[in-house]
Amino acid sequence: MSKRRFGLALSLVLAAGTVLGACGSDKEEGKGSDKGSSSDGGNTSEFSLGMVTDVGGIDDKSFNQSAWKGIQDFGSENSLKKGDGGFDYLQSQSDADYTTNLNALARRDFNLIFGVGFLMEDAIDTIAQQQKDTEFAIIDGVVEQPNVASVLFKEQEGAYLAGVAAALMTKSDKIGFVGGMEIPVIERFEVGFLAGVKAVRPDIKVDVQYTGAFDKAELGKAAANRMYSSGVDIIFHAAGGSGNGVFSEAKERKSADKDAYVWVIGVDSDQYDEGQVGDENVTLTSMLKRVDNAVNDIAKLSKEGKFPGGETKVYGLHDEGVALADSRGAIPEDVLAEIEKYDKDISDGKIEVPGEK
Amino acid sequence: MSNRLINVLVPVISIILGLLVGAVVMLVSGYDPVAGYIALWNGIFGDAYAIGETIRQISPYILAGLAVAFAFRTGLFNIGVEGQLIVGWFAAAYVGMAFELPKIIHLPLALLAAAAAGAIWGLIPGLLKATLKVHEVIVTIMMNYIALYVVNALIKVLANGGFKTEKIHDTASLRSDFLSELTDYSTLHYGIFVALLMVFVMWFILEKMKLGYELKSVGFNENAAQYAGMSVKKNIIMAMLISGAFAGLAGAMEALGTFGNMSTRAGFTGIGFDGIAVALLGANTPLGVVFGASLFGSLKYGANNMPNAANIPIEIVSIVIALIIFFVASGYIIRVGLQRISKKKEAK
Repeated sequence: MSKRRFGLALSLVLAAGTVLGACGSDKEEGKGSDKGSSSDGGNTSEFSLGMVTDVGGIDDKSFNQSAWKGIQDFGSENSLKKGDGGFDYLQSQSDADYTTNLNALARRDFNLIFGVGFLMEDAIDTIAQQQKDTEFAIIDGVVEQPNVASVLFKEQEGAYLAGVAAALMTKSDKIGFVGGMEIPVIERFEVGFLAGVKAVRPDIKVDVQYTGAFDKAELGKAAANRMYSSGVDIIFHAAGGSGNGVFSEAKERKSADKDAYVWVIGVDSDQYDEGQVGDENVTLTSMLKRVDNAVNDIAKLSKEGKFPGGETKVYGLHDEGVALADSRGAIPEDVLAEIEKYDKDISDGKIEVPGEK
Repeated sequence: MSNRLINVLVPVISIILGLLVGAVVMLVSGYDPVAGYIALWNGIFGDAYAIGETIRQISPYILAGLAVAFAFRTGLFNIGVEGQLIVGWFAAAYVGMAFELPKIIHLPLALLAAAAAGAIWGLIPGLLKATLKVHEVIVTIMMNYIALYVVNALIKVLANGGFKTEKIHDTASLRSDFLSELTDYSTLHYGIFVALLMVFVMWFILEKMKLGYELKSVGFNENAAQYAGMSVKKNIIMAMLISGAFAGLAGAMEALGTFGNMSTRAGFTGIGFDGIAVALLGANTPLGVVFGASLFGSLKYGANNMPNAANIPIEIVSIVIALIIFFVASGYIIRVGLQRISKKKEAK
């Protein structure tokens, strides 16, 4: 008797499993056929590309997002579809995932794979030696392998303009800089920014602080809170996801007091939307790092068979690798004209912006 | 219903339940659970490469689990495995990079350094607990932060302001071309053997040595142990020391096997904290830890394949994995349920 009851209970569990499993498999068929057709569409073009993000993810409103936009743009220009044979990305949850994610994409036979971020240097170096038929590109880092193209930016040039803008716009004569990790890339932002401020007003004090992380918004918020409280009115952040905390701090101050004079200068992407609070906006401008342009450029070269393997390409103000975003009225015309002058001088090589401390 | 049957049924039912609830979550969010689980399966066992990476992921989990379990047997809750792992990682990376020695000395030396560093990090809370009765949970949690930031600072000094240490010499590496080729160029390394050896060591200490007997006695009842003439203080210190050494070795897996160096970290690795769950899943026994670590390691690594092959966003994947672990961990409820059913039958 007892065995029979137990048998009944067990078969109920199993039955539930089959029923629910069946629900799933119905959908699987539907989706499966969708997928089939999409990959057929993708196969018409023989070039495919993928990217591996660092821990920020493609919605970091910053660096990874910009790279992903470049890949999507390239995809739509060449009518590629997301998925095998087209374009795709994998997000890293920790630094242990870099190698396995790069390898996973290489195994799916993508022709060109981008590693986004300085931290991925070692992983790309290793995988590029194992997957010699795949082309790799690293953003913000240098890897010397014949099948790896290295992409660098002259962040200091864009940051210089941001510094000029901040120095011209500050009322308290105190400006802040919030960085992510103290790595060469971010130091280029800092050095350029300081140089830009100094070029306009050598007497202005810039408060520099590093959060030590690119994905910790709470640390960015704490740093911004301290700065604004000490009288800083404009903060330039180069801290990826941590910088979102700088925005939220500024927005809180703005919504508490509509007349508060607090500004944030965004980084990498145009962060105007990030600064919206009610009808006001705290985004002064953004220093664009056109990772999307660079990604697009490398992808085109690779598709044409002119992949710059083993080379390092540097994108600056002159090649539209960096720029200031539209301020949408936050910066008055006369100041913009002033900034424009510096812009031209850098592009023409009249001003040499330092890239190291 | 016999006990043996229950013992087999409990984990099976809990995994099935976890998978079912996970499937519901995927269905509700509009993703395909079948494709998702196939991707998970392939991510763990799909090919030689996946298997190699899965085993690589399991190795530090075994050691972290052992560290938690060992302290737990003496009645101590070592939350500091994370910090002990980080100092172990650094010590191994430093010894691996700074010395030039033949492999037969270099590799054991690097492993020993990691174990020693972890042991020292475990010793401090042990001493404070034994002499001043400071609760080890608080001290170990704080020691985690100290470890993280001290090591970050040390890396900077070593790298002249850079953010990562140089690569270790080959003579200190756990990597092997043989294992790598066997698994289609995965990062599988000899660390798994070190981990399994330590499983044996823990079993041997606990079951075959006088030390282990005393440690367990203190864990069962401090007062009784003291009454029987054992030194409670000494045993608390020993337990934290050995626990820390296991954790330090887990760090050596990352330093000498997976990464070959150490980068400054913005946050914890999470391996040490997962080690707590691994130990509890394994009922704090050495063999149990191996199973717990296998489950954790496989799910953790295999889950990466779900966004890759089934297009499920990583956030949903994390929920699904957490649900599976949740149901496995709550196996007790299922056990009680099963027992109640069988008791009712007996009554009739």
